[in-house]
Amino acid sequence: MKVRNFSKTTRSNLITYGMVIVAYIIVEIFLRAGMVSSLIEGLLVPLCVYVILAVSLNLTVGISGELSLGHAGFMCVGAFAGATFSKCVEEVITFGPLRFLLALLIGTLCAALFGILVGIPVLRLKGDYLAIVTLAFGEIIKNVVNVIYLGRDSRGFHVSIKDTISLGLEDEGEVIIKGAQGITGTPNDSTFLWGIILILITLFIVINLINSRTGRAIMAIRDNRIAAESVGVSVTKYKLLAFSVSAALAGTAGVLYAHNLSTLTALPKNFGYNMSITILVFVVLGGIGNIRGSVIAAVVLTLLPELLRGLNDYRMLIYAIILIATMIFTSSPGGQEIQERIKLFFERRKTKEA
Amino acid sequence: MKKALSLLLVGAMTLSLAACGSSSDDSAATDSATTEETTTSESSDSEGSGEATFKIGGIGPTTGSAAVYGIAVENGAQIAINEINEAGGINGYQIEYNFQDDENDAERAVNAYNTLKDWGMQVLMGTVTSTPCVAVVENTQADNMFQITPSGTAVECIQYPNAYRMCFSDPNQGVESAKYIGENGLASTVAIIYDSSDVYSSGIYEAFAQEAENQPFEIVSVSSFDSSNNTDFSVQVQQAKDAGAELLFMPFYYTEASLVLAECNSQGYEPVFFGCDGMDGILAVENFDTTLAEDLMYLAPFVASSEDEQVQSFVSAYEAAYGETPNQFAADAYDSIYVIKAALEAAGADPSMSVSDLCDAMMTAMSSVTYSGVTGKDITWGEDGEPNKAPLVVQIQDGVAVEL
Amino acid sequence: MIGFVSYLVNGISLGSVYAIIALGYTMVYGIAKMLNFAHGDVIMVGAFVVFSTVTGMGLPPVIGILISVVVCTVLGVVIERVAYKPLRQASKLAVLITAIGVSYFLQNMALLIYGANTKSFTSVVTVPAITLADGALVISGETIVTVIACVIIMIALSLFIKYSKSGRAMLAVSEDSGAAQLMGVNVNSTIALTFAIGSALAAIAGVLLCSSYPSLTPYTGSMPGIKAFVAAVFGGIGSIPGAFIGGILLGIIEILGRAYISTQLSDAIVFAVLIIVLLVKPTGLLGKQIQEKV
Repeated sequence: MKVRNFSKTTRSNLITYGMVIVAYIIVEIFLRAGMVSSLIEGLLVPLCVYVILAVSLNLTVGISGELSLGHAGFMCVGAFAGATFSKCVEEVITFGPLRFLLALLIGTLCAALFGILVGIPVLRLKGDYLAIVTLAFGEIIKNVVNVIYLGRDSRGFHVSIKDTISLGLEDEGEVIIKGAQGITGTPNDSTFLWGIILILITLFIVINLINSRTGRAIMAIRDNRIAAESVGVSVTKYKLLAFSVSAALAGTAGVLYAHNLSTLTALPKNFGYNMSITILVFVVLGGIGNIRGSVIAAVVLTLLPELLRGLNDYRMLIYAIILIATMIFTSSPGGQEIQERIKLFFERRKTKEA
Repeated sequence: MKKALSLLLVGAMTLSLAACGSSSDDSAATDSATTEETTTSESSDSEGSGEATFKIGGIGPTTGSAAVYGIAVENGAQIAINEINEAGGINGYQIEYNFQDDENDAERAVNAYNTLKDWGMQVLMGTVTSTPCVAVVENTQADNMFQITPSGTAVECIQYPNAYRMCFSDPNQGVESAKYIGENGLASTVAIIYDSSDVYSSGIYEAFAQEAENQPFEIVSVSSFDSSNNTDFSVQVQQAKDAGAELLFMPFYYTEASLVLAECNSQGYEPVFFGCDGMDGILAVENFDTTLAEDLMYLAPFVASSEDEQVQSFVSAYEAAYGETPNQFAADAYDSIYVIKAALEAAGADPSMSVSDLCDAMMTAMSSVTYSGVTGKDITWGEDGEPNKAPLVVQIQDGVAVEL
Repeated sequence: MIGFVSYLVNGISLGSVYAIIALGYTMVYGIAKMLNFAHGDVIMVGAFVVFSTVTGMGLPPVIGILISVVVCTVLGVVIERVAYKPLRQASKLAVLITAIGVSYFLQNMALLIYGANTKSFTSVVTVPAITLADGALVISGETIVTVIACVIIMIALSLFIKYSKSGRAMLAVSEDSGAAQLMGVNVNSTIALTFAIGSALAAIAGVLLCSSYPSLTPYTGSMPGIKAFVAAVFGGIGSIPGAFIGGILLGIIEILGRAYISTQLSDAIVFAVLIIVLLVKPTGLLGKQIQEKV
């Protein structure tokens, strides 16, 4: 029984990795053959970003059982840290992949640091209160990033929270972060291959974490905190571990995001609670705790609004209706009944054929 | 249950993948189906199915909080395209027009750009707002596609030679405003409120503050707001009032300006109000009490009530088609399309040319184009893509914008 | 000094609007145990109905407000029936996502009907402003009406819940819906009633919000909605006096923060205060401490 169980999870994980690799190969073949539309080509990197975000949030929401509404905040930290670094060293390190790798490391570390800083106070709370505090932290991060002005000239770096004039730069000085206008001119180092590699690394980290002793401890805390505590599991340590790993991976996604577009601004849309909620939607629709589901949901739901472009004004309305309908279909008693019936129908047909 | 759901999702993904796979080889099937939907209203008179056409794309926010600007641009350009097509097109070729939504988001704007490229866009009129524009210009530069932004004011919007601008740039307006206030002695103390989250607004503010040092007035109060706090202005107005400013400089859009004016009124504060071209449209805000805006002065490239013949015909066409008075965004878009036409004609281009060849030809042609339209007369473009046109100062008198 | 008093008045005015919205949030949360993210958008619908009836059709403001209250009440009940009721037994997250879906739906519906242009909302308040200290301190009619309306609503709601039969049914359902059902309380209709009251309050909040800050777009409700949600949590979600106090305090903190610290960091200040309060008192100012059972 035990052996079978084990091999089942391994097989399931292999399918997840395989799915990503096969998707990559198929897309590469189509790309080589020139059969991919520009729209899809442009969407490849964002898709990777959202997949990483969804998988990393699933670690917090699904595995650790904490509802976080501030995931975009960590993405924001990673994006700005990585982009600032790349901008500073653009002339020093001309070899793109190396620069990007360093930016990734810096962005990830910064996000992890924020994950720990935020996690220590936040994880003392529970349920909806935890959700609202993560939302608050996310908003604070976004708000603070919006007032930072960072400039550089021959005398070194200058920081202000007022405007670019108060930076007092020399004439040849360069403004790196321009408050709410963010960073412009980040080198476009993100590629689809980088995205896929980062997805695989994310999957590897998350899946191994889940199936390790640590992961079992985290899930034990999720299922019954008091029971876990009573058998000697350190609640704070494991919760914080899951939270900061999740934050770090969001930071990685942020770096990838920042190096895909040449402008980076912290708007409510891309780093505010709206984005956090969008990622949460991926996780919930993909199945809470289901890593493969997160990957698929992130891809489908990112493509959906783009594929609905033809519907113009009705596009977002239909997106909303699909969202509501899917939730009712998958989570309500009525919807589940219909699912059962469909399943039965297929099973009957199978037996008939046999 | 989870299995069923993931099966469903896999199904959806394969479907969508299949859709994207096919959309390139027989792109006519899916993509032109969608464009036909979007262009049915306008292509009825073009009937360019058999003949070659110029394909002009547009990008801007038609949903989301900046939708008002995107929709104005979409409509303004549509008027120009209808007129051109009725008059026989450009060099004898009809225009096809496709406008895509970017929700004022850089990532969506790039997606929109790619969608338009799949459709076969040859020239881009866009994007409407600055941040997405900075992202898209990277792509047009890489593809060497001719781009003219009707209303992207940030300096970086047109940092490449293939990109041009129809409106004033931010620094330009800030300097002009400061000069006008100083030279006409409108006030000795000035308060500024600006939108720190908006490139347009903070760009003007910075240029204004720098130019103010050379002018005979003093800035006594500077306060800002951002896009998530743009309804309550009680604090900013009170700070200006407490500082005793005689003039309130408002370099932001009319939607917020209408609220600032209402707040000043309720606080009993009556300075001289001075705004920039974003102020245009304030009289058209549905149900706005225009007495609040009495004596308001602003820089404007376009006045809908102008006697000018071109303006009048544009305004009446726009009102007939959309039931509202066009604002400067619509006007900039209208002119942008005519500038594209002028450049294409000067280059003697035809639709069979590649995007890149078209761009090179148009860039050469742009240096010699002199254009008179609804947002200015005898406009020329420099190497940097900036328009040379003189800003007008208008004042609202008895509920009507009058040129000063 | 006058400046400070003036900021305080503005803060109370803004806070009163937050408080009315937060009352709706807190009631729904207390009974249905769900975060109704679409609440902010019901506010927007309420304001648009008044705009259409008063400005568009020329009806008297009182009638317009009544129609708006009716429309929002019906809308609230319909949303509950269609989107939330099937998910009563589902996970919290599923309900949260559905609420977000409803929020997108309402925003985009309004965008289709009214377009994206900002509408200037004519204040429905006719109370004259009070001018004190030689014009240095002006208290607008909207402020007076908003504050009074907020206090009346808070008191009326407290009395309703304490003394009326349906109010006590609400209390019972929020305490333990299973037990309440066994005691003969109709849980479904009680929840529907809660949504009806919450949405009616949203309509009033919408009118007052747009009277004080006269701009109306399909996105008008979303930011005040989030702020009011914060206010409800601040005061202790589920508690009616808590929502009132939370709303007022939030408004004051926001305005004072903007006036004396930074106009751009006001949101960060509001959220930072929230975090500090929750860390000291994890269930908010007036929230009930729930003992965890083993």
